[in-house]
Amino acid sequence: MGTQSIVVENATKSFTLRYHRTFKQMTVAALRRQDISDTFKAVDDVSFTVEQGESIGLMGLNGSGKSTLLKLINGIMRPDSGRVLTRGRISGLIATGAGFHPQLTGRENIYLNAAVLGMSEAETSRKFDDIVAFADIGKFLDSPVGHYSSGMFARLGFAVAIHVDSDIFLADEVLAVGDRPFKQKCLEKMQEVRDGGRTLFYVSHAAGSVRKMCDRVIVLEQGRLAFDGGVDAGIKFVKYDGGETEEELGSEDADEELGADI
Amino acid sequence: MTDVVQPLGDTPARPVHHVDAPLSPPSASTGLFEVFRRRYLLRLLVRREISARYQGSLLGLLWSYVNPLTQFFIYYFVMGVLFQLHQDVPNFAIHMFCGIILVHFFNETFNAGTRSIVRNKTLVQKMAVPREMFPVASMLVSAYHMLPQFVILTAVCVITGWTPELAGVVALVLALAIIMTLGTAMALLFSAANVFFRDVSNVASIMTNLVRFGVPMIYPYSLVAERFHGHTEFYLANPIAEAVLLVQRAFWVGSTDDPQATIAAHLPDHLFTRSIIGLGICLVVLGVGQLVFSRLENKIPERL
Repeated sequence: MGTQSIVVENATKSFTLRYHRTFKQMTVAALRRQDISDTFKAVDDVSFTVEQGESIGLMGLNGSGKSTLLKLINGIMRPDSGRVLTRGRISGLIATGAGFHPQLTGRENIYLNAAVLGMSEAETSRKFDDIVAFADIGKFLDSPVGHYSSGMFARLGFAVAIHVDSDIFLADEVLAVGDRPFKQKCLEKMQEVRDGGRTLFYVSHAAGSVRKMCDRVIVLEQGRLAFDGGVDAGIKFVKYDGGETEEELGSEDADEELGADI
Repeated sequence: MTDVVQPLGDTPARPVHHVDAPLSPPSASTGLFEVFRRRYLLRLLVRREISARYQGSLLGLLWSYVNPLTQFFIYYFVMGVLFQLHQDVPNFAIHMFCGIILVHFFNETFNAGTRSIVRNKTLVQKMAVPREMFPVASMLVSAYHMLPQFVILTAVCVITGWTPELAGVVALVLALAIIMTLGTAMALLFSAANVFFRDVSNVASIMTNLVRFGVPMIYPYSLVAERFHGHTEFYLANPIAEAVLLVQRAFWVGSTDDPQATIAAHLPDHLFTRSIIGLGICLVVLGVGQLVFSRLENKIPERL
């Protein structure tokens, strides 16, 4: 049995942009010979392999396809072409605040969310106190999550996801909403995940936390894999993009290079 | 492919976390079978739907009974009192109630199922759930609301001297199987389509109107046979009509003074054979629904 945790082979996912929604608008557009729809590739022919226990920082500008790539790995979406394969149980957050139902209470949402992530009832009950303690939402546990502040919402989502015994943990800008103490707590917990040998896939714009958390950086640029390699080189690649080619970067930081296979 | 080297000694060597599972696509979904494999999640979703459907309303669950009951009284007044249909049909109220329960079950499944994926978009967009979960959960919620109505029906029938018999039980099971299969199939088809064009939920509510009048509920089957001069093939091709006749076979027939005469006068020949064929057709429709759903599923999260 191999040791790869995530294998992405030539994965492509395109989205359809629809300019005109109603039949009337579509007819008018067709008469004027305008395009009725257009497609763009959110993830374009991306290939990489992640070994079990690696922690990857996924970086890139807004709209470069990071979340879509995460959704492909999570299984929310399937690639239009190419393959995405994973090993073991996946947990994590796609965008802040997981799929909570606003009308249900925090308690009910914990059970529902845990069940979606593949936990059994007994497992959830066992970890329930830990989850509540981590989320630190106090007396709001039994009120509908629709009334939560965005910070509480994010905290609860993270608390459930991090307590799943997963083999792969995906985190999409989880720290964007939380306050400083909570960010600190999240980082510590994620380090725990990483040090336990679980695969970590972490999306962030914060160079500092990526440097702290990850041992490899993947950079997406307009859906394409632009960089795959060492942390410092990757962070440099994102920040000082102008003019420099990958080869230059690669040779500059050859020490840090883990395996730029593009 | 990629050689992994631990970075330059600043992190201590990590324990090896060995995963026994094979490398597989994360979205591995085997449709309806996956739904029943994850029964615990299904149960939570059903429970959630039950508590969420009438949340914030004063009467709550009671609305599930107010709706069919008002229908019952309206139809009873118009058809029974105004059109005098209850003179030709023994126990016309029970005849009608059999139909109302079943039609209400189907329509609820169909309507709620059609909207189920759009309603649950937060889950669909952010978590990897088999999406067939939502239409199936809608069907089970509707079934849950139907049960007390059957209790009422049974109580009324017992008062009129009805006793359970084997053929009746078989008829009831067959009827429920038909509606559950067809309801799920239609909910699957329409829920996926509704993501692409919200017009679909309007089409669904028009179709539920047709269902109401396309079954022998407010009029007896014998009237159809008489008007069509015995050519009821197309009428009986509707599995919902067959299911209603089966429930009438299970409850209404036994409540009349002379059950054999009622069967002869008001039920079609070979009802059971026809219904088994009907159930077969429903299963085929369910298969088609699953196929279409799997085809459309890929595009669902991005189109919500």
